Amino acid sequence: MSTDVETPPQAPAPDPRRGERRPGELTARELLRWVWRQVTSMRTALLLLLLLALAAIPGSVIPQQDVDSLAVTRWKDRHPQLTPIYEKLDLFSVYSSPWFSAIYLLLVISLVGCIVPRLFVYAKAWNAAPPRAPQRLDRLPVHASYTSSSTPEEALAHARRVLGRRYRLRVAEPGDDFVAGERGRLREAGNLLFHLSVLIVLAGFALGSLFGYQGGVIVVQGQSFSNNLTQYDDFKPGGLFRQGQMKDFRFKVDTFSVDWLKEGPRAGQARKFNAGLEYNVDGGPTQRYDLRVNHPLNLDGTDVFLIGHGYAPIITVRDAKGEVTYTGPTVFLPQDATFLSFGVVKPPTVQPQLGLEGLFYPTFDLVDGNPVTVFGDDLNPTLSMLAYTGDLGYESGRSQSVYVLDKSRAKPVLKDDGKPFRLDMQPGDTRVLPNGLGTVTFERVEPWIRVQISQTPGKEVALAGVVLALIGLCGSLFVRPRRVWVRVAPATGAAGAGPDPDPARDADGTMENSGGTRVEVAVLDRSGNGDTDQVLADLLEQLQEAPK
Amino acid sequence: MSNTAWENVSNQAIAMAGLVYFIALLVYLAEWASLRQVRGGAAAVKDAEAAPERELVGAAAGGSVTSGGAAGGAGASSSVAEERAGRADFLGRLGVLLTTIACVVHFVALVGRGMAADPNRVPWGNMYEFTISGTFVVTLTFLALYRRYQLGWMGPLVVTFVTATLMVAVIWLHDSVAPLTEALNSPWLVIHVVSAVIATGAFTIGGIASVMYLVRSRAEKKAAAAGTQLTGWLARVPELPALDRLAYRVHAFAFPVWTFAVLITGPIWAHEAWSRYWNWDPKEVWAFITWVVYAGYLHARATAGWKGRKAAMLALVGLGTLWFNFIGINYFSTTSQHSYAVERVVDAPVVTRA
Repeated sequence: MSTDVETPPQAPAPDPRRGERRPGELTARELLRWVWRQVTSMRTALLLLLLLALAAIPGSVIPQQDVDSLAVTRWKDRHPQLTPIYEKLDLFSVYSSPWFSAIYLLLVISLVGCIVPRLFVYAKAWNAAPPRAPQRLDRLPVHASYTSSSTPEEALAHARRVLGRRYRLRVAEPGDDFVAGERGRLREAGNLLFHLSVLIVLAGFALGSLFGYQGGVIVVQGQSFSNNLTQYDDFKPGGLFRQGQMKDFRFKVDTFSVDWLKEGPRAGQARKFNAGLEYNVDGGPTQRYDLRVNHPLNLDGTDVFLIGHGYAPIITVRDAKGEVTYTGPTVFLPQDATFLSFGVVKPPTVQPQLGLEGLFYPTFDLVDGNPVTVFGDDLNPTLSMLAYTGDLGYESGRSQSVYVLDKSRAKPVLKDDGKPFRLDMQPGDTRVLPNGLGTVTFERVEPWIRVQISQTPGKEVALAGVVLALIGLCGSLFVRPRRVWVRVAPATGAAGAGPDPDPARDADGTMENSGGTRVEVAVLDRSGNGDTDQVLADLLEQLQEAPK
Repeated sequence: MSNTAWENVSNQAIAMAGLVYFIALLVYLAEWASLRQVRGGAAAVKDAEAAPERELVGAAAGGSVTSGGAAGGAGASSSVAEERAGRADFLGRLGVLLTTIACVVHFVALVGRGMAADPNRVPWGNMYEFTISGTFVVTLTFLALYRRYQLGWMGPLVVTFVTATLMVAVIWLHDSVAPLTEALNSPWLVIHVVSAVIATGAFTIGGIASVMYLVRSRAEKKAAAAGTQLTGWLARVPELPALDRLAYRVHAFAFPVWTFAVLITGPIWAHEAWSRYWNWDPKEVWAFITWVVYAGYLHARATAGWKGRKAAMLALVGLGTLWFNFIGINYFSTTSQHSYAVERVVDAPVVTRA
């Protein structure tokens, strides 16, 4: 017993200058570890998963640039005030936006952080023997016991046989009074496979969007296309696309046929689109292919799809001297399902600049005095165009769309009475333009097809990934991991065989051995969703079935 | 028979099926009414007949009749209860029989739709046809699982759902038989749609189990607060753990099928028909959302240990997205290539062409 001279050690006040820490304060390292734990926790994974679902919603309601750029343009025209806000939030390209990417990247990190440690645990546990039976099987939630007339050794051997049919057994050691079995190791394997497959799918998806490309082109019947960047109407390359990966092939649209439904509820609908292509690859021999919807042409990883069709009137424009200034099929774009189509003609003349703009009616008719097309097929093809002259911007050097006439500095060509001069023509017709602007001839109509050409590297990888994921998923859902134990002991009193569901009664039997065996059975479900009662009932039945 | 005749057969069969479903509903409601005074007794008796011995304990406990009032009258009231239970039992069987008949007539309607088309095809060409097929699978799933999981209690719910959805189909979605649009003309139509419809049917049954979980757990709480026992039809609904397990099982079955439908067959077909295997089309987006929600449901159960209430809520969110995707999204988005109404008009290329 000593009286202390020194003051008892007090907890020193934290002094930040000396680098001491307040309670709860974390070092950078600890903070990192904490963040990592949070990110890889199940709760976070779940949250991110649901967040991903939520984040996907806007893209289904707001038109997306990558899906339907036309719809985006229309939407922007209608909502001039919301547009800048939406643009800032990347709402027109949700699925490539930073915030959407952030969610799924976090999810991937969470997934990796969760799966990798589990892989090691799983690998280590693969060969582990099923654990020994617990001391008191009747403490387990699902258990039962009965007495058998056979000796303990016989009962144990019988139990080994019964359990051995469906369970991996723990190797028996001398003196063991129990059998331990386990099954369902593959559940975790399925689980791991599923999660790893998600990574494979993402890798495949990324390959496609980085190295792939999509291009569209309209080709008129009788014309050819060679796979070259300059030939495309529109072209969307992936971030790491190189021009060298474009395959050398060319094709000619030899024929194009459509079957128009003339009666029934869908009269006017077109089907059986078929474009007869003549193609060759790498300058090889010419081959034929019938390009149809659902039947793309595959050329070693480059796919050619038929995705649309329309009409291209062949129009010839001559100047006052009769010299041809413009001739050839002019692609008109369908405006709606009736195939009423819009197009422009731009003869590359300079003095004076002349442009035509108007509509093409595949099957022209007047309904109540209004010009309409009553059918999509070209049964009564009619052109109706207005002529413009003045500065049409041909010389401005700016690139122009071939489908738009810049009329901002041009005037319509007028008739003598001051009304716009309209050219209404059917195939074979020629009209003379006023003021010595020359003539316009509508020769005939050719169909065109719109073709999508794409390379999607990694699509097989993605597909393999999803298939593996499905296999893993089935494993993780339908494999039911569980452990079973059977313990035998010389019966202590209750005579005769028979089910004895009440273990409490066995506890207070006499110590006298009547020659029978008390058998205890317990089942432990490790998935949390198994029907253990049923398993136990079946097991009891099998164990008592053939008493030895 | 001519195509028009087949179409008429189909239309009449749908009307007939709707009628029989409705009669089945009335019978189920009568069963429900006759169970009002019986406290769990009928359920227990019925379960004891059908279920393995492990139900015996429940039957013994639940079979005690409490409607008789004084203890002395137990014998007499027991026979009344037995009679009531017997009547309920009969009505229940009749309801299932009627549901089966309606299901057969429903099937005739589907066959008629297919035969009415020229060329003959699977009846999955438009929303009307998808809806009558989807509801058919809901009924079929119910009947298929009826014995295995003792789903007698689910009859009124299934029949209500199917009747209501058929009404929606006939009133708002009806469309006459027409040839398939070109993109649908593919063998993948059969594989993709069959799997999607099976998954939809199963998810719906699972969802009904989840709804009942919530309803029963609420009723149990109320009953516990009032110190009484559950009565009538609700008492026939399986115990909460059994409902929870049923919901999980059906969802666990439906999820891989859904994965196959929307993440395997869908992309393969989309690649063939539309040139991109995944294009963030609104229908694809919502199929993905549905997938993610149900993945979350299974994930939550497997790892976070969610059971019962929370899990049931999540399952219902999934069911909501599923049916919204099936019918609703078509009205919200016009850009979907899954709209089936019109063939898509070609996009105008806005790029310059030198």
